Amino acid sequence: MDITVNILLTIATAATPLLIAAIGELVVERSGVLNLGVEGMMIMGAVGGFGAGYLTGSPWIGLLAAIIVGALFSLLFAVMTLSLATNQVATGLSLTLLGLGLSGMIGTSFVGQPGVRLPNLDIPGISSIPVVGKLIFGQDPVFYISIALTAAVMWFLFRTRTGLTLRSIGDSHTSAHALGIKVIRYRYLAVIFGGACAGLAGGHLSLVYTPQWVENMSAGRGWIALALVVFASWRPWRVLAGAYIFGAVWIGQLHAQAFGIPVPSQFLSSLPYLATIVVLVLISRNKRLTMMNTPASLGQPFVPDR
Amino acid sequence: MRIELVKRPQRSALFSMLSPFIAFALTIIAGAIMFALLGVNPLNAFEIYFVEPISQVWQLHELAIKAAPLILIAVGLSVCYKANIWNIGAEGQFIFGAIFGSILPVLFPQFEGPLVIPLMLLLGMVGGALYASIPALLKTRFSTNEILTSLMLVYVAQLFLDWLVRGPWRDPQGHGFPQTIQFGDSAVLPELMPDAGRANWGFVFALVAAVAIWLMMSRMLKGFEVRVLGSSPRAGRFAGFGFNRMVFFTFLLSGALAGLAGISEVSGAIGQLQPVISPGYGFTAIIVAFLGRLNPLGIVAAGLVLALTYLGGEAVQSALGISDKVARVFQGMLLFFVLGCDTLIHYRIRLIGMALMKPNGAKLEAAPKLEEAR
Repeated sequence: MDITVNILLTIATAATPLLIAAIGELVVERSGVLNLGVEGMMIMGAVGGFGAGYLTGSPWIGLLAAIIVGALFSLLFAVMTLSLATNQVATGLSLTLLGLGLSGMIGTSFVGQPGVRLPNLDIPGISSIPVVGKLIFGQDPVFYISIALTAAVMWFLFRTRTGLTLRSIGDSHTSAHALGIKVIRYRYLAVIFGGACAGLAGGHLSLVYTPQWVENMSAGRGWIALALVVFASWRPWRVLAGAYIFGAVWIGQLHAQAFGIPVPSQFLSSLPYLATIVVLVLISRNKRLTMMNTPASLGQPFVPDR
Repeated sequence: MRIELVKRPQRSALFSMLSPFIAFALTIIAGAIMFALLGVNPLNAFEIYFVEPISQVWQLHELAIKAAPLILIAVGLSVCYKANIWNIGAEGQFIFGAIFGSILPVLFPQFEGPLVIPLMLLLGMVGGALYASIPALLKTRFSTNEILTSLMLVYVAQLFLDWLVRGPWRDPQGHGFPQTIQFGDSAVLPELMPDAGRANWGFVFALVAAVAIWLMMSRMLKGFEVRVLGSSPRAGRFAGFGFNRMVFFTFLLSGALAGLAGISEVSGAIGQLQPVISPGYGFTAIIVAFLGRLNPLGIVAAGLVLALTYLGGEAVQSALGISDKVARVFQGMLLFFVLGCDTLIHYRIRLIGMALMKPNGAKLEAAPKLEEAR
């Protein structure tokens, strides 16, 4: 029983950064912007979070710093693609490349330093209840944030007027502009929200998942988060499901390696990446579903006609 | 303050020429700020970074060694990007080219002679092209996003190479080091001028590829097809150009060139397979392609510049104790500024101060301008 609970807990920990980053990117893509810089923003959040936590000794300040760093880094992308109308694919890629380089440079002095870890929730008496206590009341704080965030985004996108406006911009920025909606302003806010989420996801990696700094520690999770958004056909609750499936694959291969299954560890390590490809193929085979849900002006630059 | 873009009636020839240079100048300025923040005298750092690594002949050879894979990969990618097809997995195709090409020297070391090198190069191209055909197949058959699939395959390729050199292909006499046997003499790509430096035939391949792709893009129907499908898929369909065929063509071409770069690197510069054979050439080549404005001849120049950022990174690491990741930062900044400056080709940028944003003033001023532009 204990083993099952522990495995479930580690799956949740592995799924949380994927979920947060993907939820952020979902909002960005719903507004019609494709930001391929998730990996870069995530790793910047990881190094910023670790650095602030390490220097101040407070994991909470670290987490806050991760969010701010992610948001600021995404602002770079926003200025380029929204104000200067650059190609979103190329700009997103360059954000990732810059982030990987910059984080490596900033993090040189952090390598091998002991980090600080966000403590798990601990409600006296309740968190120690077997099974339920640990699973529901004893996880790290970011886990609860991720669930709340998913619910909040669902409510925002489909139950508020602002959310409706955001989705309409993603479907046709020209019509939205003609109606007098401030397309660029909405998109700025969406991109910054996505950056803050990616930063938070990175902070989770370096303050909860493995509380230390390792270069390239995001290990492609930003890209998997991007794939998750496609997999979820731009719906928050499916992102939640997808993130947990991927978390399970990620943890499953680690456990398989630990149990010494007679398959080379490298093959097991490549499973999350292969699973991403398989899932993308399965989802994109259904053209009608994809066409129906893809924000129609996704990835197209918009220059307001004045 | 607010930025406003005003569309130019035509693309500006002046800025298409100037934009890489402006971008480079901006990178230098940003780099100076970065060095100053790191507590290093920027002038001193720039001398170590950009001048010292190319002040002697043998160092120019090192530059050519680093530039060769960048140029080879980037000219292939430029064709993809011109066609609006996004292969960003060149790093994986590079690795598979290296693995396929190494089949001969690793598994059949007794096979020697002048045929070995050409066969290795051919196998390398086949390996890269085969690996690139996976995302192409998935895109054409299932319309799966090629950006994500080609990138995921990079991680898979890295892990596969890691397994090979630690497992079945490991040198039994290698004292347990994760590497294959040293390639035999006839499997090593010859150096161009052995007396002067280490540069090998890989650089020649890069130049030949650049000229060949330039000819194709500017003088042949295929190049026209690429450009039409890239700028307007609908027009391309009316002209009878097949989009799916184009996806395969660009992926196989760029994959083959990345594979050639991979086997050239392993056979020329390294001499065996190791767990890591590339300092991110496949990704840096994306920057090279854009800095070269997707023009094969521009890419040759851009490849040399980016190769210098690698050498400079190593130089500042040993001389000033700054992480060689500084090279990555320079490369990333360069790409950012290039993309930003490219906006100047199609748009005029107007900065509107807060004072001018009074509702009537700004609108009235902008309206006649737009009429003019049309």
